[in-house]
Amino acid sequence: MPNLKLMLPELLLFAWAILVIIIGISRRRKNNESLIYITLLGIVISGLLIPIAGYGELFGRTFLVDKYAVFFKIIFLGAAFFAVASSSDLMSKLKSDHGEFFGLMLLSTVGMMFLTSTAELITLYVSLELTTIPLFVLAAYRKDQLASSEAGLKYLILGALSSAILLYGISLIYGLTGTTFLNDNLMRLIQQSIQMLLTTASINPALAIAIIMLVAGLGFKLALVPFHMWAPDVYEGAPTPVTAFLSVASKAAGVAALARIFYAGLTSFHSTDWGPLLAVLAAAAMIVGNITAVLQTNIKRMLAYSSIAHIGYLLIGFVALPLGDSGSINGPASLMFYLFAYMFANMGAFACAIAFARNFDSYQIRDYQGLSEKSTGLAVMLTIFLLSLAGIPPLVGFFGKYYVFLAGWTDYRWLVIIGILTSVIALYYYANVIKQMFFNKEKSTLDKVKLDTPLAITLVLTVIGTIVCGLYPEPVIRFAVEAVAIFPF
Amino acid sequence: MDFPILSVIIFSPLVGMLVIMLLNKERHQLITWVSTLISLIPLALSCILWAYYDSSTAAMQFTERYTWIPSLSIQYFLGVDGLSVPMIFLTALLSTVSLLISFHIKERVKEYFAFFLLLECGMLGVFGALDFFLFYVFWEIMLVPMYFLIGVWGGPRKEYAAIKFFLFTLFGSVFMLVGILALYLSSTPHTLDMLELIKQGPAFAHGLQVVVWFFFFLAFAIKVPIFPFHTWLPDAHVEAPTAVSIILAGVLLKMGAYGFLRISFPMLPYGTNYFAPMLAILGVISIIYGALVSMAQKDLKKLVAYSSVSHMGFCMLGMSVFFISTEGSPHITALAGCYYQMFSHGLITGAMFLLVGVLYDRAHTREIAAFGGLGVKLPVFTAIMVTFSMASLGLPGMSGFIAEFMVFIGAFAKYKVLTGIAVIGVVLTAGYILRMVQRIFLGEFNTKWDHLTEINARETIAVVPLLILTVLLGVLPSLLLGQISATLENIVFLVVR
Repeated sequence: MPNLKLMLPELLLFAWAILVIIIGISRRRKNNESLIYITLLGIVISGLLIPIAGYGELFGRTFLVDKYAVFFKIIFLGAAFFAVASSSDLMSKLKSDHGEFFGLMLLSTVGMMFLTSTAELITLYVSLELTTIPLFVLAAYRKDQLASSEAGLKYLILGALSSAILLYGISLIYGLTGTTFLNDNLMRLIQQSIQMLLTTASINPALAIAIIMLVAGLGFKLALVPFHMWAPDVYEGAPTPVTAFLSVASKAAGVAALARIFYAGLTSFHSTDWGPLLAVLAAAAMIVGNITAVLQTNIKRMLAYSSIAHIGYLLIGFVALPLGDSGSINGPASLMFYLFAYMFANMGAFACAIAFARNFDSYQIRDYQGLSEKSTGLAVMLTIFLLSLAGIPPLVGFFGKYYVFLAGWTDYRWLVIIGILTSVIALYYYANVIKQMFFNKEKSTLDKVKLDTPLAITLVLTVIGTIVCGLYPEPVIRFAVEAVAIFPF
Repeated sequence: MDFPILSVIIFSPLVGMLVIMLLNKERHQLITWVSTLISLIPLALSCILWAYYDSSTAAMQFTERYTWIPSLSIQYFLGVDGLSVPMIFLTALLSTVSLLISFHIKERVKEYFAFFLLLECGMLGVFGALDFFLFYVFWEIMLVPMYFLIGVWGGPRKEYAAIKFFLFTLFGSVFMLVGILALYLSSTPHTLDMLELIKQGPAFAHGLQVVVWFFFFLAFAIKVPIFPFHTWLPDAHVEAPTAVSIILAGVLLKMGAYGFLRISFPMLPYGTNYFAPMLAILGVISIIYGALVSMAQKDLKKLVAYSSVSHMGFCMLGMSVFFISTEGSPHITALAGCYYQMFSHGLITGAMFLLVGVLYDRAHTREIAAFGGLGVKLPVFTAIMVTFSMASLGLPGMSGFIAEFMVFIGAFAKYKVLTGIAVIGVVLTAGYILRMVQRIFLGEFNTKWDHLTEINARETIAVVPLLILTVLLGVLPSLLLGQISATLENIVFLVVR
């Protein structure tokens, strides 16, 4: 009998998703906040089950729980929690189908949790589908809005295409090595690479294609430049809580999968093949994302482009593999910390945008003019989130950037310099929003913003996370460093 | 000493900010008084610091050291030596002065004072921090309240000035961050402890020293500002409210110079020697350029702003000269002149901006040509303003003279031609200052200004301490030199090693 206890958080969340859908159907057409609280309760219980489930592996390493998986699961659950809690305004605008919305979000979260917990490519692929298919539906959830349907369709088509590419890459890997288990891959590929180096001193073209396919497939999910074209439209059109969830959890899931494949399976090819490839993609993401974000007038699009840039910063950590006994100066750990920091600040920023749109029905940055007059609290919180995203100390976003740059400096100096220069550009568009809110208050016509309870909970928790984890990041760093110790660097 | 005096100095304004945030935003008087009184805490403590500081040694004193983020060897490490004690005092003094001059702020009072206290916390922290990460955190924290203070309470082009200031200084500081990363990763064992990095200084490879020195140079030169990095300064100064101009000129510009002396010089001796001639040349260009541009200004505040570029040029010229004489004693005259100029410029230009603000509050214009003969109408104001103008042009008996004189004597030992050119700057300074004095205070009284009122008691209280110190330091230089010479000698030894 396999030890299913390891899978408890996923199983519970899966059951909870079904439960929420059933409750939703039975209380159809009733607009109530209780469904939100029920969903939040499920997420919290699932989070509490993580320590109970413990560490171990199941089904011959098809499912494994290690600190790496746990770290990402916490990020997914956190993002899902904040996204669900920010949804009450959306619910009041929808006439029905509230249960399905939350159910789909939980199912997507379950998919992500499986995704980080597997070291086997087929399971990884299936989990990825479980993650993204509910997201297609969620993106199109505002059936009354054309933009939302467009977002869903675009996301579906490109998502399906990228899945196909990814699957093809996986099949090539299988063809080359005869296994889909990442740990077996590792041994064989190391042997192969040694042989290749001894004989031809060049890389196997099939392997190169496989790596490109994997990067392209996951690159679509991550909205990496040049696979990012879908992101701004989808982010703008999708309901805002879904956008927030997409920009944090879905990216974290993509990174988790990418890291599992490349770290566990392909470490030996880092310096010759995928390291430089991903470094170039990181540079492109930072440059394109930040420069395009400057031009945006809609806060959702601005945050969408800025999230493209943030993936670039993340990838600095991704390519910066630790050398020997470099201790905590560790690229993969810095990547995980960066995601953790990004979750708080980005979910918070989106929650502020939701709060604003809830009252004034606009996502235009120029409409934020004078927000601080009547709603000082909201304006201050949005300022904190934006400054954290811009990397101003002592907020958590600064520490994330510092850690990533520190890890990247030894091997990828040019990338760090690009990162640092583009972060100055980033400040410009973040500061622009702050300017609108605080300068020239006299012209303000905005009333005081009203919040609903779950949204207020989101804002308070994310603001606390942004400040406290910035002042005392030590526990998170230590956990991340321990988590990446499983990989054979 | 068990009492954590530095932490209390640095964080009492932050506590003050939290207190202000709890007050009712309609109670303007209360908020103003509470913040002014809170700013007296760091001021009083920094006087104690000055009194109890042992100036016979260059060692760090009043140190506080706790681990903060051990994974990346980041500490909470504070301490002071002769470089930081006078700067902490100057910061605390000018903060109180600026708060006293802010009583006329009538809109968004609560936010103003909250941001101001946050700014004070950041500034004091920069001068107290001995861990590089902590230093950077304080260095950056200042930018945010500064952005708001210029952007909300500034003049007509405030939005442009605010973002320009923010982007310029952030551009500089991110390069400092790169430098920090490079030094941290090059040190063995990896450390961010500034004292430890200073110890390892000579061991850093020469190429690395040159590159990192240049990165730090970008950060500090923008702050000082040295020509050609000065373009943010006139915009920020002119648009900023009076109190913020005082802080900008009096404290923020000093941070650049302080950064050179605290970080670049002792940590990167090879880089410092490599680039010292460049500092001297840029310093002299700043002196002449700043003075020439000041001459062309029609706006009084802009004139004072550009005069800052010129005056800080003296500071950079002095900084570039350090050697150990044949008898084996360190040559600190120029460095001491540089430091003296930092302190004295803080007092004089701080006071100048204050007085310009006082005049602007009443006349609502700063156009030099619009005034005339104000000496008849406002005798007290004129007396104070003229005194500071004389101090600014380097009249003997005032602190500015001592500073410039020491810079010239010290720098002449190494750069004879450059020093000769720099002396022209003094003549130019006299030119624009005297012209300004003449056109505003002397000559025919413009009856348009009949309604102007004399400087009031609160403003006088704010400016008098600066006046006393300027004169005191002009006749009793040992007051400051005694505090700093041991530390400066140590710096020369560290750079020349």
